[in-house]
Amino acid sequence: MASIVFDQVCVDFPIYNASARSLKKRLFQVATGGQISANASGRVIIRAIEDLTLTIKNGDRVGLLGHNGAGKSTLLRLLSGVYEPSSGRAEIKGEIGSLIDVSFGIDPEASGRENIYLRGALLGLTRADIKAKLEEIIDFSELGDFIDMPVRTYSSGMHLRLAFSVSTIIRPEILLMDEWLSVGDEGFRVRAEARMNELVESTHILVIASHSRELIRETCNRAIWLEHGKIKMDGTPEDVTQAYFGH
Amino acid sequence: MSKQTTAGAVQDITSAIKRFSLIGTLGWQDVRQRYRRSSIGAFWLTISMGVMIATIGIVFGQIFKSPMDEFLPFLSAGLILWSFISTIITEGCSGFIAGEAVIKQLPIPLSVHIFRVIWRNLIILAHNVVIFPLVLIAVQKAPTWDVLMAIPGLLLLAVNLSWIAIFLGVICTRYRDIPQIVSSFLQVVFYLTPIMWLPSLLPSRAGAYLLDLNPFYHFIQIVRAPLLDQEPSLENWLVSIGLAVIGWIMTLALFGRYRRRIAYWL
Repeated sequence: MASIVFDQVCVDFPIYNASARSLKKRLFQVATGGQISANASGRVIIRAIEDLTLTIKNGDRVGLLGHNGAGKSTLLRLLSGVYEPSSGRAEIKGEIGSLIDVSFGIDPEASGRENIYLRGALLGLTRADIKAKLEEIIDFSELGDFIDMPVRTYSSGMHLRLAFSVSTIIRPEILLMDEWLSVGDEGFRVRAEARMNELVESTHILVIASHSRELIRETCNRAIWLEHGKIKMDGTPEDVTQAYFGH
Repeated sequence: MSKQTTAGAVQDITSAIKRFSLIGTLGWQDVRQRYRRSSIGAFWLTISMGVMIATIGIVFGQIFKSPMDEFLPFLSAGLILWSFISTIITEGCSGFIAGEAVIKQLPIPLSVHIFRVIWRNLIILAHNVVIFPLVLIAVQKAPTWDVLMAIPGLLLLAVNLSWIAIFLGVICTRYRDIPQIVSSFLQVVFYLTPIMWLPSLLPSRAGAYLLDLNPFYHFIQIVRAPLLDQEPSLENWLVSIGLAVIGWIMTLALFGRYRRRIAYWL
């Protein structure tokens, strides 16, 4: 039973300019009796998420809408546990699978096979898990002998096929995505859609950020509109997309 | 409050240890990346270390008038271990900084990034240690089974280096000048520690301070002494164990307190 509870969560990014970054300079200020205050050290704070209170239950498929810079990616990162709240409380129960960037961690000099182990390890799979699924991943990607070639020899489509095949092997309780994964040529895309649906069906909570009205209406049963780090609207996909897109 | 944060630190470290598969894969990838498409590969490390040992050994052995069969094994063991120690400390400082892309993208326990540094350097140590039996053969000394006693010493050394690397990693992520200070400090320590000079050459009064108060002397001794058919003194063991305990308590407190801030500092 997965669940996510946020209570007055804030995410504040401190922006350190050169004078705060260097310890030597701080000692120098103390030695000469200079004023040490937040203003003097010139620290600017960017508040990315403000007083977010939210509960996501088992079975929720949430779509995140908002303009660029509204806080969607930051919220996804908060959900995945990359950022812990600067203030407030966040309780996330359940195994998390983050498909925010499917080709993250791929080493272009290593072979496709080695990269499957690498990407799999980053996603949380052990070598034994990966070995068991290795044939399935290679077959799905249809890369053939190229699987033993360095990834730098792949076309960008092949690269995405590899990334997609290994990334969609996970079966997390909470799945986080930044835009729907739609990769490959016509032939691959049909199988990819089926695989994505299989993955989404197997999860308990889905949170996906998107700019596509159709996607949110088709895939989600709840939509949240973020603006400047705050929730502007939280309701059914029909209502929120109607308000956000205007039709 | 402090109990919670220390528990958070312990949990981060135990989950990192459970991800040994990931640490192993990333560490190996780091070493392989450096030597792609080269034929000798990582054994270039061995060759360059060997050349340095031969050069310093012959020149300084003559200067100090030390017998080669005593000086060369002492020097090789010391240089190999010092390279291990100083590289872990230096790379540990920028452990989290180097992992910035991963830290901001995937929810992986933070200590994985430090353990990756340690694993990678253990792999390099394994390549470098090949020189030692060669040196023994060159001075016509035979290794005994007692060299295996170096292994518990190595484990204790690794435990100490882990806390130092995590502690420095946290501080250096916030204050970007510390890596420079650490690097200068290590250069000085290299000369203050008996690596290039035998401790027997030291006048006894100075010896007491330079050796006993130098933690790195104790760290190196627990591994080097068995390799040289000697035994590390009780003092060496006590200091190393004591520093491990105090160091880990300090590190868990610091790491626990600032762990959540690291992603924001990057």
